[in-house]
Amino acid sequence: MVDLIKLTIDGKPVAVPPGTLLIDAAKQMGIEVPSFCYYPGLSLQGACRMCLVAIEKMPKLQTACTTVVGNGMVVHTETPEVANARKAMLEFLLTNHPLDCPVCDKGGECELQDAVFRYGAAETRFLETKQHEEEKKFSSLVYYDRPRCILCYRCIRVCDEGMDVNAYGIGFRGAHSEIIPNRGEHLECEECGACIDICPVGALTSGTYRYKTRPWEVTYTGTVCNHCGDGCKTTLSVRNNVVIRANNRDHSGVNGEFLCVKGRFGWDFVNSEQRLTSPLIRKNGKQEEASWEEALAHTAERLQAVLAQHGPGAVAVIGSNRTTNEENYLLQRFARSVLGTNNLDHHRTADFSSLVRALTEAGAADRHATIEEIGAASSILVIGNDPTHQHPLIAYQVRQAVRQHGARLYVVNAGEIKLRRQASQYLQVSPRGEAEAVRALAGQVTASQDLCTGEAEALPTFAQALTKESDTVVIFGDEIQGQGVGDLVRWGLTLSGRTRFVALGDYANSRGAADMGLFPDTLPGYQPLSSEAARQQFESAWGSNLPTTSGRNLRSILEGIRAGEIKALLVFGANPVRTFKLEKAAFAGLQFLFVAELFRTETAEFADIVVPATSFAEKSGTMTNTCGQVQALKRTMRKAGTRSDLEILLALARLFGQKWPYQSSEDVLREIIALVPGYGIPLPGLLVGHAVATRPEGAPPPLERPDLVFSSRDSLFTSGTLSRYSWALNSVDEAKKPYGHAF
Amino acid sequence: MLSDALKHKFDTVIARYPLKRSAIVPLLLFAQDEIGHVSDEAVEEIARRVGVRPIEVVEDIGYYSMLHRKPVGRYHFQVCTNISCMLRGGEEIFAHCAKKLGIGHKQTTPDGLFSLEEVECLGACCGAPAMQVNYDYYENLTPEKIDELIEKLRRKDQGSRIKD
Repeated sequence: MVDLIKLTIDGKPVAVPPGTLLIDAAKQMGIEVPSFCYYPGLSLQGACRMCLVAIEKMPKLQTACTTVVGNGMVVHTETPEVANARKAMLEFLLTNHPLDCPVCDKGGECELQDAVFRYGAAETRFLETKQHEEEKKFSSLVYYDRPRCILCYRCIRVCDEGMDVNAYGIGFRGAHSEIIPNRGEHLECEECGACIDICPVGALTSGTYRYKTRPWEVTYTGTVCNHCGDGCKTTLSVRNNVVIRANNRDHSGVNGEFLCVKGRFGWDFVNSEQRLTSPLIRKNGKQEEASWEEALAHTAERLQAVLAQHGPGAVAVIGSNRTTNEENYLLQRFARSVLGTNNLDHHRTADFSSLVRALTEAGAADRHATIEEIGAASSILVIGNDPTHQHPLIAYQVRQAVRQHGARLYVVNAGEIKLRRQASQYLQVSPRGEAEAVRALAGQVTASQDLCTGEAEALPTFAQALTKESDTVVIFGDEIQGQGVGDLVRWGLTLSGRTRFVALGDYANSRGAADMGLFPDTLPGYQPLSSEAARQQFESAWGSNLPTTSGRNLRSILEGIRAGEIKALLVFGANPVRTFKLEKAAFAGLQFLFVAELFRTETAEFADIVVPATSFAEKSGTMTNTCGQVQALKRTMRKAGTRSDLEILLALARLFGQKWPYQSSEDVLREIIALVPGYGIPLPGLLVGHAVATRPEGAPPPLERPDLVFSSRDSLFTSGTLSRYSWALNSVDEAKKPYGHAF
Repeated sequence: MLSDALKHKFDTVIARYPLKRSAIVPLLLFAQDEIGHVSDEAVEEIARRVGVRPIEVVEDIGYYSMLHRKPVGRYHFQVCTNISCMLRGGEEIFAHCAKKLGIGHKQTTPDGLFSLEEVECLGACCGAPAMQVNYDYYENLTPEKIDELIEKLRRKDQGSRIKD
């Protein structure tokens, strides 16, 4: 334990660890020293001189953001001299800063405005004409207003140090200095918008939010992003039932202030005019608008007819990667206990089952890493995937671990992914060679000649370095599945310390879909269907018998439709026609196709009944991120004509004569907490917006076939169906770059 | 395309500095001498050679007024109007150049022969009013001397064209 440094700030004694900056020491005591350029987590700049404080025995005022505490220091943060210095700095900043606060996006939440409110002069001695420059459009999402810029360098640093994109520089000199983008007049970057969020003034503004509203005229709701599997918390700004902005306003949750382009701008599919708002029923070959009552009654009738004629084996259900846990749970209950079929699956983007199975077998069911643990890890191994594109938050956490406390990063990949820049060891393998590399690392096989492109020493050196690490976090993509996950886990657990694992699934609730048992052979909580005890637990809770034989998996469902064995198909929040590149003929054998979706997707076009589902912004429930952390979605708005998948399932169950005891998603969550192993999570944490880790434990059956688990390889700018209806994500030039492009 | 001679020059200049990036400004000047301005290609090449990001090279170009991102005239008139030159008629010299050449600050004649720029102190106060044309200094200027110089440079240019 190091000795604390004792000093006095504003007459009060304080003790802080050595190396603490004065500004942080003051903050701990509740004393706010104003600053523009200082930003926690970024390198020091000392540019704005707003944080000047008086330190006894020092001749001049000192910047609190670059001064390290010393023993016996006596600091005053609010003397008349200090206030005068701050007032003078503000007078300088305002010489060219326009006073267009009434029309500035930042008005009301501007740090310069706040500082002037506290210290500023009511008059200026500068009578010269202000230098004006026209606003510049850096990209469709980022605009720059030079006169408002106070040159704090925050945008440059967050882009360099936070995002590792390095898109900004400072151009020209003196009063003509300005922020310049990397491609002449334009930006070419990840378009994450962190620069806009971090800008203390209204110099960088958002292409989707600018000139839309005053910040006090919107309602703010903290919820969870609906794109990738990382589960970033985000605050939606909603005005008149329209989402106009997303930023993680209170910097809470797993992501702090981080959001990628999808999180910050990609929510606008919610407002899309192409949203379905009325159920569609196919009549005489054409889909026509109908009432909800008619659509649902019709669905129940048609399903009952197929069940009566062909039995439950002729019905199949495909679930979603982006609906809530509660909806997925009810969907599998509906399939199993109402339709009586286990023909139930979803597009699996990571092999979560094999991970749970392998960890449980090894007696290490608690070795799932959380997002926070990735950021705090001292050693990280990333196998396959391209987290920069597919898991922006996890990539950010990895970079932070390396940058903030010198973690070592080990990368095994067939491609030259961007994270190799941070890697201390990078093992490039032949295409799809990741699984072989794992077996070779584990010493099960000798690496083939061409695995590491002829470099014989590469793999042994890599393995050697890893054995010196402890508490490694192992992150892997869909390249490792089935047996491969077992190999990886068994080997990983032989490394020293607490090795923890993360499987990377593509979408917002890919993990939840697996956890809730959207499988033909696995019940919720990875309980094998063959387990009598697990089945009985649900049978007694639901008061009905469950089918005992395993159903068809997703590939087999599609084959069954082609062979005419599946007669009716229900699809919730999925688009198999596009995912599997199916022709209309593939569905020719179906007598009935039901789709619940936000948009008229390729699958919905073939459907007999399409019902308009609500988006994530319009419903409550919970989502589980790819690390197994559960977070609450909060409803922020309503969309006329739509119903949540939960409401749809409850209504269908009612039409089937079922008396389900649920009134809301919370009722379903309570049942999940009670019945699903690993989900016995405390409700209060969830309700106040924490990400609560789950610890699934079970022995699900092994992966049936390798082509069931595959990632969609979504880029930074795509996420299946949703991104296709986002103006913002399609508006940027970078979206045309291929998956894997490193900005 | 940068010439092999220039690339060779880059190598020798970089080798002189303990820190590679210290060579950025000299490299920019050599590149500008050859090309007439600093092209995108030169920026990329210099960034690659000294191991910085291209935007850091662009930052330096913006900082120094003698580095140009866009082509300037074959003869770049840089007229000083700082205090010593101003007192000795520097502003009149600038106005005369502008009138004679028909261009203003940071503009180039249509034939690409001359460009004009009003600059800060050239460090030639002893010969005020002074002006720099490319790397040559002209001191104790009068409007007549300017006329003469322009005439001389025009002839020189024609001469060199005939020779070409």
